[in-house]
Amino acid sequence: MNFLAPIGRTFLNFLASTGHLAYFTSRSVSHCFRRPLYFGAILRQMVDIGYYSLPVVGLTALFTGMVLALQSHSGFSRFDAESAIPTVVVLSITRELGPVMAGLMVAGRIGAAIAAELGTMRVTEQIDALTTLSTNPYKYLIVPRLLAGTLTLPLLVLVADIVGVFGGFLVCVYRLKFNAANFISQSWQYLEWRDVSSGLWKAAAFGFIVALMGCYNGFNSKGGAQGVGAATTNAVVSASIMILITNYLLTGILFAGK
Amino acid sequence: MLENSPPKIELTAVTKSFGEKEVLRGIDLKIGKAESVVVIGGSGTGKSVLLKSILSIMQPESGSIKIDGEETIGLSGQKRDVHLNKFGMLFQGAALFDSLPVWQNVAFKLLRAHQVPRKEAKDRAMATLASVGLSADVGELFPAELSGGMQKRVGLARAIAARPEIIFFDEPTTGLDPIMADVINELIVKCVRELGATTLSITHDMASARKIADRIAMLHEGHIIWEGPKSDVDHSGNPYVDQFIHGRADGPIKMQVRKI
Ligand SMILES: Nc1ncnc2c1ncn2[C@@H]1O[C@H](COP(=O)(O)OP(=O)(O)OP(=O)(O)O)[C@@H](O)[C@H]1O
Ligand SMILES: [Mg+2]
Repeated sequence: MNFLAPIGRTFLNFLASTGHLAYFTSRSVSHCFRRPLYFGAILRQMVDIGYYSLPVVGLTALFTGMVLALQSHSGFSRFDAESAIPTVVVLSITRELGPVMAGLMVAGRIGAAIAAELGTMRVTEQIDALTTLSTNPYKYLIVPRLLAGTLTLPLLVLVADIVGVFGGFLVCVYRLKFNAANFISQSWQYLEWRDVSSGLWKAAAFGFIVALMGCYNGFNSKGGAQGVGAATTNAVVSASIMILITNYLLTGILFAGK
Repeated sequence: MLENSPPKIELTAVTKSFGEKEVLRGIDLKIGKAESVVVIGGSGTGKSVLLKSILSIMQPESGSIKIDGEETIGLSGQKRDVHLNKFGMLFQGAALFDSLPVWQNVAFKLLRAHQVPRKEAKDRAMATLASVGLSADVGELFPAELSGGMQKRVGLARAIAARPEIIFFDEPTTGLDPIMADVINELIVKCVRELGATTLSITHDMASARKIADRIAMLHEGHIIWEGPKSDVDHSGNPYVDQFIHGRADGPIKMQVRKI
């Protein structure tokens, strides 16, 4: 029966780390609703997460929109459905690709940076030092990152939506020779507010996940430079996987019945 | 110290282990108000762990740690904040915040916990930096731009800037030249005398221990194996203490090294 032991051990480890993460999450979130809040730190994180991610996210969205237009054209022209291309581009970007692409890019950029920064602070005892200076590390380090992640990603996705659709527009008008006015009117025609808003809800969830996994892995890292490296990798990988799973679940919830 | 007032710090049977490894195996230690105690002991005997346990950065498995007669193990929330507010600590590796300039490191507690206005906090930080022998232009640098010894002094300034009641010094003089080491020793003595602070220091440097200690305690294999006034350390009659203060390789303390 010995071969069952590793399976059991893995399962128990999984339960233990799930519990650990759940405890960390509830503790961090509860601090988000209790004073004092360090608004300066929150603002600085918002600039870091939002503003400095604009180039990466914008570029990703632009090319995604362009490819989408190109691909749907080559597919839809087989059954003369070219007129559906603007709608396809707009709906795919706002509902799915905008939030997911932005979430994954931010996971790579911000999740890694948070994990590396907090991990280094942990192994050089800076987090212990905070405690001895009467400053709660959850309040000073984690709350600003969680709030900034949750609040800024929707803004970032709004920009990504606009840039992505613009990418589709560029390809359709300059390469596929669509009429520009037609593109715009068609893309508006079937667009509903909830296509956009669902993407923004998703973005908020993804922003929370990225910041949370960065903080959790960094805050609990141990063992010097190697530990910080492992924490960084784990933060990016786990955030990306959780984004994809959450995306599926949220799509199910937000579009239930339709 | 009044005879009937509780000791400032009182440890009873404190134990702490990491997995299989028992680091503290029942520590008993009393430190009176405004007293300066130095803990000596070999590398890796758990001196830093002892300090962190008292600060409740690490949770001991059993035993009791009382500050001003109040149990501190298991404190949380507001009570823990009040407890921590009494302390200042110099970390062994300085542990400066590398995202903040030096003066903000020193003024950290003043700015955040004590809500001192920025201008005044900066002046006080600069004055504290001057007392550890660092000039005002160092205050504008970032910790990464300082030498190891300078970082240590900034850590020291940060520990004392908010004038805490209890100050812990984890190896305050390692990495400093002998003259600066003596300046720091004087400074620690001055802290005790002027602030009336209770201090607990860790050091390997016997010259420093003799200078700053009222009492010396030796930690070995998880126990305090000797403690007494510093004048007794030279004739303690304890072979472990004798070996340590004379720095001899042979004696009852065996280093875990293989002969080449
Ligand atoms: N976070 C930790 N996790 C696991 N083991 C630890 C941890 N911190 C300390 N230890 C172990 O506890 C023991 C005591 O460590 P500590 O840092 O207190 O030594 P020390 O007496 O301060 O030594 P030094 O004089 O070299 O600073 C060491 O053997 C170390 O391996
Ligand atoms: Mg140590």
